[in-house]
Amino acid sequence: MVIVSGALTITSRNPVHAVLWLILAFFNAAGLMVLVGAEFIAMLLVIVYVGAVAVLFLFVVMMLNVDFAELRAGFARYAAIGLALAIALAAEVIIAFGAWTAGGIELARRAAPIDPSVSNIEAIGQLLYTRYLFVFEGAGLVLLVAMIGAIVLTHRERGGVRGQNISRQIARRPQDATRNTQPVVGQGIEL
Amino acid sequence: MIGLTHYLVVAAILFALGVVGIIANRKNLIVMLMAIELILLAVNLNFVAFSSYLHDMVGQVFAMFVLTVAAGEAAIGLAILVIYFRGRGTISVDDVNRMKG
Repeated sequence: MVIVSGALTITSRNPVHAVLWLILAFFNAAGLMVLVGAEFIAMLLVIVYVGAVAVLFLFVVMMLNVDFAELRAGFARYAAIGLALAIALAAEVIIAFGAWTAGGIELARRAAPIDPSVSNIEAIGQLLYTRYLFVFEGAGLVLLVAMIGAIVLTHRERGGVRGQNISRQIARRPQDATRNTQPVVGQGIEL
Repeated sequence: MIGLTHYLVVAAILFALGVVGIIANRKNLIVMLMAIELILLAVNLNFVAFSSYLHDMVGQVFAMFVLTVAAGEAAIGLAILVIYFRGRGTISVDDVNRMKG
């Protein structure tokens, strides 16, 4: 299932469909992760990818009015090369798996054994906030830099927009803005 | 019975699909980014499968960091894509020669 949706992701003619297939692939992968008992990673996958990244992709696909038919011109030419390469790669890895059998698990060498009495989320939290605290903060820094970078890259100053110049507004004094006059009766004043 | 090998085979095929996506969609930058996401998903699947097989939590923690980096990379990549499209009106990878001296 995840393979089929992954294949459709890269072959879809319409990029919006490709994004939707990508979402399906991520959902299926999350299901596979639940099956082996990694509930938190599965949840994170659904939230981060389906909730954030896929929506980002959809926004970009819809925002940029790109002529996608023109972009697919070289598809057939490259697809043959890509397919040959990928089949070779996958076959190589799968044959390696066939020849490789997992050796006996050396239980003593595990870095952080899974304790069946502790739930998955709790175990991850205990590990993340103690041993991997600095790595965790580094991940936060990566996200911060990504956020600032994305904003700086896409931000643009627009000319001709009436905005509020706060410092000028505050620096304005009454004597700059008003004028005292003594109009003669019946003549009014000239502005 | 579904074992570790089945997970590894699925992840390997997914990884290969991502490579095909990068090579076959040489012109479409958006689909290339999606293919990179597929590759990272395959890597995460491997991490989680081994974590479950070895009864070791570290694999899942590492998968989380991979997820973080993937999200940041997608955001930056799409931002670059948007400004590139704004400047050129196309996202064809073949035309990317701005940095050429």
